[in-house]
Amino acid sequence: MATTVTEPPRIEEQRERQRPIGTSGNGGGRNLVPAQGDLRRVKDYSPPPSSTGIWVVLASITMSFAAFTSALIVRQGSAADWHHLTLPGILYLNTVVLIASSIALEVARRQVGAFMKAHTDRAAAPSLWLYITFLFGLFFVAGQYVAWLQLRSQGLYLATNPNSSFFYVLTAMHALHVSGGLGGLFRVIYKLKNSTLRKSTLDATSHYWHFMDALWLYLLVLLWMKL
Amino acid sequence: MHDMSGHAQAIHHAPPTSFIRKHVFSLDHKVIGKQYYGLALVAVLIGMVLSWLMRIHLGWSTSPIPGLHWLSSTGAPGDVMTPEYYLQLMTMHATIMVFFVLTTAPFAAFGNYFLPIQVGAEDMPFPHFNMMSFWVTLSGFIPLIASFFVSDGPTLGGWTQYAPLSAVGAVGGPGEGAGVVLWATSIGLFCVGQLLGALNFITTTLDMRTRGMSMWRLPLSAWSWFITSCMGLTAFAVLMPACILLILDHVAGTSFFVPGNLVINDQLQPHSGGSTLLWQHLFWFFGHPEVYIAIVPGMGIVSHILITNMRKPMLSHRVLVYSMGALAVLSYMVYGHHMFVSGMNPISSLAFSFPTLVITIPSTIVVLIWLGSLYGAKLRINSASLFALGFISMFISGGVSGFFLAQPSTDIMLHATYFVVGHFHLVMGVAAMFGIFGGTYFWFPKMYGRLMNETLGKVHFWCSFVGAYAIFMPFHYLGLAGNVRRYQAFVVDYMQPLIPLHRFITVAALFTGAAQLIFLYNLIHSRFRGAPATDNPWEATSLEWSTPTTPPPHNNFGDQLPVVYHDPYQYGVESSVGDYVMQASSEQVITAHDEA
Repeated sequence: MATTVTEPPRIEEQRERQRPIGTSGNGGGRNLVPAQGDLRRVKDYSPPPSSTGIWVVLASITMSFAAFTSALIVRQGSAADWHHLTLPGILYLNTVVLIASSIALEVARRQVGAFMKAHTDRAAAPSLWLYITFLFGLFFVAGQYVAWLQLRSQGLYLATNPNSSFFYVLTAMHALHVSGGLGGLFRVIYKLKNSTLRKSTLDATSHYWHFMDALWLYLLVLLWMKL
Repeated sequence: MHDMSGHAQAIHHAPPTSFIRKHVFSLDHKVIGKQYYGLALVAVLIGMVLSWLMRIHLGWSTSPIPGLHWLSSTGAPGDVMTPEYYLQLMTMHATIMVFFVLTTAPFAAFGNYFLPIQVGAEDMPFPHFNMMSFWVTLSGFIPLIASFFVSDGPTLGGWTQYAPLSAVGAVGGPGEGAGVVLWATSIGLFCVGQLLGALNFITTTLDMRTRGMSMWRLPLSAWSWFITSCMGLTAFAVLMPACILLILDHVAGTSFFVPGNLVINDQLQPHSGGSTLLWQHLFWFFGHPEVYIAIVPGMGIVSHILITNMRKPMLSHRVLVYSMGALAVLSYMVYGHHMFVSGMNPISSLAFSFPTLVITIPSTIVVLIWLGSLYGAKLRINSASLFALGFISMFISGGVSGFFLAQPSTDIMLHATYFVVGHFHLVMGVAAMFGIFGGTYFWFPKMYGRLMNETLGKVHFWCSFVGAYAIFMPFHYLGLAGNVRRYQAFVVDYMQPLIPLHRFITVAALFTGAAQLIFLYNLIHSRFRGAPATDNPWEATSLEWSTPTTPPPHNNFGDQLPVVYHDPYQYGVESSVGDYVMQASSEQVITAHDEA
């Protein structure tokens, strides 16, 4: 049975493209001829993978802590067993230490950057401030451990009540990620000593470190407000 | 390090020499891809056998299954499966299939192998993380399998592991003690592995494209892996904290998920204040993107296969990409449609139902583009294109039942019935699997330099296609008739008349399962004795078909990375090689419609 299909109304005639059968468009149809080697229209430059990669990593860490945050909020609302927790005082000292470590890292980054561009008189790679950052980071992790000891002395363990549970979980997860950052710093120092350090590696590591700093400030506010 | 053009270079790793470096702890994305494929193959065989055991029990719930007591003497005394053991096998079937097959094969296996080649890179930018991602994933598989062999057996709470059952510990039933901890450890490790993989996929797509390869010149499979890895990055990062909290509820005595005043077996449980709904929110925030993670690579692979075999591009390349992106974004807004009957606020149900209906729009657009592109096309029929067509069929069939589940009013009747089971098996268990099969038949010649047997491939397709419909179409009827899911036997009077249908389904399942052995034989036989393939047997255009050798050399393209001159799907043109021009070919073809 034959069906007659009538031509659809020719609206916007100017946009109708003359094309051989079989090349339904990729949307463009400007009939570009790819000249040999002439790729001006296409950007060549790609950023170093580590600088993209670090933002990818930070995005996933953000999602993880968002999940923990929502767990905290929901758990708080689910039962009337929320017992206010006084944050151990050493947390505030740890915060100052962590901020200081970020400042130290920035100093280190600029010094190393200048060294790499040979804008400086140094003979050896400037690693002092990297060591200082590393030390401050170690102090932070140790200080967090002291905070846990202080809580323990008050009889607040992981399972004592939901507040203490979240305190331990959030601070432990953060400290774990900071330890990862310490590993990254160690790698940067090692590579600097071997003259194999790339600026992008240093930049990525410092982005991570500053993010840990900012994350800690966020967690501190969260703990102070909610616990 | 940048060369003069500003193009970043991969970390050069020299070709490995030792056996361990070549085949075990390899940094080469191709080897890692094959390792993932091997893992998925082992996992799917285990998952399939589990499904056979489940189906046999469902048809004949009081009959012994010979030999079952070897698997578990407590779970199957006298070879008769206990009700709890049915739930344990069911949980393992689903967990293994969803994670270690449907996420591993289309995304991790094919993506790892082909994404770097399709963008024109010599490897992923973080090969050590890539290697780690496979080994962490494999180390996640081990606890899961180990749970079969602990005294209580594996966990029985479903792959969804709803609290409080999953969190109360051994008092909840067989496998609820060690079994749950092993499950949560396994899945936690799996999440870490996939996060490492997603890191590599995203940076490869954004930073490692070769000269001339703009984002819009990427093949659709590359787009699908990129979009999937963005989903994986954010979804797995939420499941991991949930698993950590679940483990803590088990081993540390916390009460994240267990409410107070819970009495099990006349014992008051020592927990208080936890939120069971919290687990559901955390799980499904991951869970819904996860099912799109399972299907989107299949969409990309199927589009890629169809275009190659139609010899013309899709009606709109860009709209396909935008639709896959829209699926990814919307998938985060719909997760509550798994929770319509959970007791949450009905207004929330409305808030989730609306985006669920909206998400059908990009799904439909994708299907319409496929169908519209196929209309009038002379499709070359081979195993790969058959499975691609089968994918479309299964995706439509499975997708339309989603409309009914998307609305709270109908979902109240259909939730936890076989209607849901039919829906997700058609889209995930069949359509996504067909994507894997299609990808295998399509890319096998590039991976191994040999063709798979076409006759066996077609037999495999038709048996799987007919068999899958025979199994899963009746599920919808069962669901509407009130057949509850996750029941090990149907003794209630309104479900008993359905048992003959279950027996029919079981026979169909065993037949379809047997047909998969044809594929397994074809895979192994062709690996060693298959007909030799040329570099580009499908006359395809994308970069994987322009590698200097087949299989590709260690650094994919030899001494020089390719330069891309064309859009990915220049078919239907007149060139010196035929009706197509390859992306890396510098030939100027007048009728090729390349965009910038």
